[in-house]
Amino acid sequence: MNKLIVASVTLVLFASGCGRNADNADSAPYASRYQGLPASTTLLTGATILTGTGERLDNSDILLREGKIVAVGEGLSADGADLVDASGKWITPGIIDAHSHLGLYPSPGTASHSDGNEATAPVTAEVWAEHSVWPHDPGFTTALAGGVTAMQILPGSANLIGGRSVTLKNIPGRNVQDMKFPGAPYGLKMACGENPKRVYGGRGMAPSTRMGNVAGYRSAWIAAADYRDKLAAADRGKGEAPMRDLKLETLVGVLDGEILAHIHCYRGDEMSVMLDLAKEFDYKVTAFHHAVEAYKVADLLAEADTCAAVWADWWGFKMEAFDGIRENAAIVDRAGACAVIHSDDELGIQRLNQETAKVVGAAARAGVDIRPEHAIQWITKNPARSLGIDDVTGTLEPGKMADIVMWDGDPFSVYTRAQRVYIDGALAYDRDDPAVNPVTDFTLGTATAAGGAQ
Amino acid sequence: MNRCMNRLIHGISLLTVFVCSFAVADTMAIVGGKVHTVGPQGTIENATIIIVDGRIAEIGRDIEVPDGAQTIDASGKIVTPGLFTPVGTLGLVEVSSSAGPLDALQRGEQFTAGFDVADAYNSRSTLIAINRIEGVTRALITPMSRGMDDQGNTSHVISGLAAVVNLGDGENQLDRRGAAMVVNLGEEGSRYGGGSRTGAMLVLRNALDEAIDFSEHRGDFERGMRRAYRHSVADLEALQSVLGGQTPLLANVNRASDIETLIRLSNEYGIRAIISGGAEAWMLADQIASADIAVILAPTDNLPGNFDRINARRGAATILAAAGVRVALADAASRTHNARNITQSAGNAVADGMSWDSALRAITLTPAEIYGVADLVGSIEPGKQADIVIWSADPLELTSYPDQVLINGEEISMISRQTLLRDRYLQLDTATPPAYR
Repeated sequence: MNKLIVASVTLVLFASGCGRNADNADSAPYASRYQGLPASTTLLTGATILTGTGERLDNSDILLREGKIVAVGEGLSADGADLVDASGKWITPGIIDAHSHLGLYPSPGTASHSDGNEATAPVTAEVWAEHSVWPHDPGFTTALAGGVTAMQILPGSANLIGGRSVTLKNIPGRNVQDMKFPGAPYGLKMACGENPKRVYGGRGMAPSTRMGNVAGYRSAWIAAADYRDKLAAADRGKGEAPMRDLKLETLVGVLDGEILAHIHCYRGDEMSVMLDLAKEFDYKVTAFHHAVEAYKVADLLAEADTCAAVWADWWGFKMEAFDGIRENAAIVDRAGACAVIHSDDELGIQRLNQETAKVVGAAARAGVDIRPEHAIQWITKNPARSLGIDDVTGTLEPGKMADIVMWDGDPFSVYTRAQRVYIDGALAYDRDDPAVNPVTDFTLGTATAAGGAQ
Repeated sequence: MNRCMNRLIHGISLLTVFVCSFAVADTMAIVGGKVHTVGPQGTIENATIIIVDGRIAEIGRDIEVPDGAQTIDASGKIVTPGLFTPVGTLGLVEVSSSAGPLDALQRGEQFTAGFDVADAYNSRSTLIAINRIEGVTRALITPMSRGMDDQGNTSHVISGLAAVVNLGDGENQLDRRGAAMVVNLGEEGSRYGGGSRTGAMLVLRNALDEAIDFSEHRGDFERGMRRAYRHSVADLEALQSVLGGQTPLLANVNRASDIETLIRLSNEYGIRAIISGGAEAWMLADQIASADIAVILAPTDNLPGNFDRINARRGAATILAAAGVRVALADAASRTHNARNITQSAGNAVADGMSWDSALRAITLTPAEIYGVADLVGSIEPGKQADIVIWSADPLELTSYPDQVLINGEEISMISRQTLLRDRYLQLDTATPPAYR
């Protein structure tokens, strides 16, 4: 792939944000007010580029203009562009974490800051994660120093249905609306297995078993389908529209395909049940998260077009995580399913490239060769797909948002650090420039603040 | 293993078979690797390591391999000492949140300092094989603390005695009982000290004072002529070696001011302290160095998870090491199930400016020194137990893996429950249920 790839007028195509929610973005409640940082035209030259589309380009350039990627290839030039010598560096798409609780369970983790689980009823589809996000969580800036340009913030897993997730651009703002990814669809957080049955079973209420879990989901979907049908009937002039119900509104969003279903589910056999649940009520499971046993049902995931978002090697901290193996993502990938490495952790999110490297190493040990240009997709293109934003970010292609990371070496080496991070074409983090090391309010005045996102 | 099989084949008596399954009685050579000894011999290219009776006999270039020695070809490979995970609960837990007791968990007042985890160590735990095939050959296993249970029992400021274990197949996996006395200071300790760190320090001082009084008036106490102590005799006995300096006090502590208090306490009582956690230790690097207190930390643990860690940062290990502090590296996320990830900690320390050799030392020899077993393990030196890892490539790189691990001179099986699961599902054969594969 040595050819110059030049965009024509692709900027226009993507200017309006992505997909179905973009049209009414202004009228939507709690709408995104994301502005991005001031961006200038920038040309980074001479880098090893992993495009996120499965390709590796050596000694190549990338041109960013007006927040978008204009071209990727050899021998680019642009009048008036800021030139960045990226020789010896590697450039990848911005890292995207499909599973984070930053802002909901921020640092410091005091009880007053515990805003991630509305564990007062097994189904709380009415809550929206964005209403808990504390934008001053120092974890946002340390994630940025790890190359993370976007992430999904999900409610916790205490509930069968925990509420709406929100996708953020990783430019710490004053308010969550300043960070909301323009046009990104909402997600719905559901949870299988041990957590809901432990939380509610422990209180002597349902669910206390896995079968109780499934009964709980089914009841919720029955109510949602009924609500949807009544709304539709009222639209046709048959009967009165029911009073607006926040909980059912979100569930109907899933049934209508506008809100993406993200399910915390460890065990393969439970994923299989959850796929049948989705068939029963005719919605799609976009991704299983913490899918420790995805490798046992990789073929089912491929068939259902469902992503498996997994840790590289977390295992054993609970019974449903006992069968975790490092090759999990590699086996999912090999079966043709969508593999995603996620963090669920304020430390892990800073090193998703290293977590990916562990899987690559384990796969090599098992005789499965995975190239860097392929593996990078597990933390860029594939999570973008699982968040419904892959048409605007996740790969280095002309017209896409200029969300990129310049690494000081091979991103899968443990010795490599992100050197520069661009979000929408603007330099959002520069390891070598304290002025471009954002410091959150909370960090002000500490001994570490002077050093930025350490 | 091969040697034992050969002997079996050669029809040596049953007794010998029994012996050879627990101790190696012959000679082995590892030839051709680039050996990082972490000892005085430094790094040796194309080296030969001779192992006799499970111990390293000789290492260097141009060493002749004795006749009849079993030879392992390590050419093109990297050879290091076995990794030593400096804190965790290997062999004391299977599934953290369920599945049997947490044998490391000290709760209640019945025993505190005397609570010794060594007796619960399970060398057949699933975690052992999973971690040792990634190069971990030695571990400190510690008691741990936790908040109140259903019966109202909470942990104590003093959690009890840690032990050094090996992850080998031999008869004796306990290298050193009472290798450290674990105490909880700061926010963690205050939870067990009546809600205040003042209370936690009082509890600790009271225990040490009672131990001193017990030692000075043991006869009177046994004759019932001394006041009753708050701590049991087992606890007071266990504290004697702390006061004597043989057993270090391993303090879970993060805040700088609590570290200052620890330094004062250790000077006052003549105690040897070790800091575990140490989020703000970097702020006191010179003081810690001059007090000769070692620090165990996770170099990637850079967030203010609580107000004890408000000045947590990356690069702390590098700052401490540069000041002359002995630093051992732990994993931030999982010190037990993923104890194997200390290589990632070491690699990140290098990315933050620590030298590669120092980082390797921080996961091999330094922990061995801290816990008083450096005469036994931690480096590839003549006389030490042959804990050796032969790596596919740079051991700190996450894409590398061990080709073979030796513990006490024995080639361990490179199979774990995780490799078995992997092999079962690597090819999804939907025609045959997995249980028949």
